[in-house]
Amino acid sequence: MYRYDEFDHRFVSERVAQFRDQAARRLSGELTEDEFKPLRLMNGLYLQLHAYMLRVAIPYGTLSGKQMRKLADVADKYDRGYGHFTTRQNIQYNWIKLEETADLLQELSEVEMHAIQTSGNCIRNVTTDHWAGAAADELADPRPVAELLRQWSTLHPEFSFLPRKFKIAVTGAPNDRAAVKVHDIGLRMHQNDAGERGWEVIVGGGLGRTPLIGYTVREFLPETQLLSYLEAIMRVYNLHGRRDNKYKARIKILVHELGEENFRAEVEAEFARQKELDVEVESRELERISNYFAEPAFETLPRLSTGYEAARAGDPAFAQWVRSNIAAHRKDGYAIVNISLKPEGGIPGDATSEQMRTVADLAERFSVEEIRVSHHQNLVLPHVKLDDLHEVWKVLAANGLASANIGKAGDIIACPGLDYCTLATARSIPIAQTISRRFADLNRQHEIGPLRINISGCINACGHHHVAHIGILGLEKKGVEYYQITLGGSSATDASIGTILGPGFSGDKVPDAIETIVNTYLNLRQGGDDSFLDVVRRLGHQPFKEALYAPA
Amino acid sequence: MPLLKDNDFIDDTWQRLDDGAAIPATGDILVSLARLLADFGKLSNRDGRLGVEFPNEERPGVLESFLPDLSLIALTFPKFADGRAYSQARQLRQLGYDGELRAIGDVLPDQLSFMLETGFDAFEVTERFPEEAWEQAASSISLTYQSAAYQPRRLHVWRLRWARDEGV
Repeated sequence: MYRYDEFDHRFVSERVAQFRDQAARRLSGELTEDEFKPLRLMNGLYLQLHAYMLRVAIPYGTLSGKQMRKLADVADKYDRGYGHFTTRQNIQYNWIKLEETADLLQELSEVEMHAIQTSGNCIRNVTTDHWAGAAADELADPRPVAELLRQWSTLHPEFSFLPRKFKIAVTGAPNDRAAVKVHDIGLRMHQNDAGERGWEVIVGGGLGRTPLIGYTVREFLPETQLLSYLEAIMRVYNLHGRRDNKYKARIKILVHELGEENFRAEVEAEFARQKELDVEVESRELERISNYFAEPAFETLPRLSTGYEAARAGDPAFAQWVRSNIAAHRKDGYAIVNISLKPEGGIPGDATSEQMRTVADLAERFSVEEIRVSHHQNLVLPHVKLDDLHEVWKVLAANGLASANIGKAGDIIACPGLDYCTLATARSIPIAQTISRRFADLNRQHEIGPLRINISGCINACGHHHVAHIGILGLEKKGVEYYQITLGGSSATDASIGTILGPGFSGDKVPDAIETIVNTYLNLRQGGDDSFLDVVRRLGHQPFKEALYAPA
Repeated sequence: MPLLKDNDFIDDTWQRLDDGAAIPATGDILVSLARLLADFGKLSNRDGRLGVEFPNEERPGVLESFLPDLSLIALTFPKFADGRAYSQARQLRQLGYDGELRAIGDVLPDQLSFMLETGFDAFEVTERFPEEAWEQAASSISLTYQSAAYQPRRLHVWRLRWARDEGV
């Protein structure tokens, strides 16, 4: 894992002191709320329906046991004993006081954490594959580049007042788990025939009001040119992105209005003018960072663990959890443990301080001290020995963290919705809760197979409903909440935007509708390997429409 | 409005010339881009320096051939949250312009360090904030992670590391 040196420490401390001064000037009235707003936002502080909300950055979703323990302490001391893990691999606290925020940030800085650029019209926390450094299919760990981008984008003088927010995702694996095609910029690593690595640069993807799949502006960018190329893209966007309408201000709209070829020409022309970035300094920094992400000292283990096999054979609940929550590790004898934050009837992504401490302990005992946050609002222990899995599962189960539903119907992504958010038009959390209760039977969830249900409480789409197999969008008409359903989205390698199935439903009808859709799929599928998404893509919306809207 | 330059409030000696106004024989004058393009011959052959107020939505490249004759370029922040001028400043410095680059419009202390880093060296500011506020704002963060600053004031973290690791 990356560790701060004296310079990173000094930078973050100065940033905290700067925010302390800004908050004091706001509290004294020297700064107007309009002037303070972008300053607090650049430190992740929002004013929500009931209180301030603080979003803390978890750079590329990686954190240590010690950091997780600090997040738990913060939840107890400054919030109400819990936190909410987000679709951008961050954590949010919902009940923060402005007067205490600088102290909170000070405490975070002690464990090398901050809230810089978790909001505002700047380059946001860079996200990546939550299995980075552990996945069996990976070309290279994307986190050194993600850390390089974190540093490069931090208080970037030119790009801190962009037309709109800007999100970058990176993946080093051919199977995209970082949703790179639905980000402002997505970076995907490739290796050419000469064995050299380079980046495919994807631009203009995004969700929100105008969901779009990004397009490849560069097929293969040499690694050493990455920052210069990104600066060129950012500059074209900063100069020419629309500022007259915030809903048309994201880079995807600029790409759309200019056209792909014109946009590429602008970027390449700007790139050709970039002479000043010091490539040598950049490569040395990347090399320095990479040392922190050297592979942990894994033991040489057999591929099979007899203890683990025996536990699986003797404990059906454990075996079921293994089937859904364990992923293949690059090293023999190790596994990736996915911890579901989606218990039956729970709030997706929420964890209590006690649960955070449990995960911190497990990371320290069993996973080389490492934890990841996934953009599905779950946690990951990336490096667990097969021999230890049963013990890890028992501890998780004792703490309400062993839901065997990763990638299943119960693993629902939901934004905070009208329960917290000022932008929301409808509630998301209660809908997620009722659906998860409806599909409480884990055997049934496993029988249904891979299914991604995402819920957004407004058209800004924080719940990523467009890229769900079944997306649910909460809207409001004449004071009444109702929900639109989309089918066929995906944020994976073959990304697609779901399309609307038909007229919406009131909240209490949504679980029935979802159940009808799922039952229709089960009737149509050709065997257990024929997934929900496969069937929707093959047969289209028609059979689902007929089942859902047929006269009773 | 006071003019802030090199951490000091100084008198602004530049005269803004309206598009229809006669060109004075002497003195430093600041003109619009339209006027510059229309009257460059006359404007550049007189006793006094020439400056241009450059619009937010124009490409700095249009100034390229005029740069040797310009001593002041004023870039606009219509609102402090409108950051186009940061990129315009960078582009002008990249084109080799080394005269005064002045920030005008909604210029606030909390954005001062970004402006300094992108190449601005003069600031038309309101009297709302005392001189110390500007000084403090420019110096509250001593480090930067970006390497491309024009006349950097902050220390560049990557270069500091390089020096440390080389034992320099």
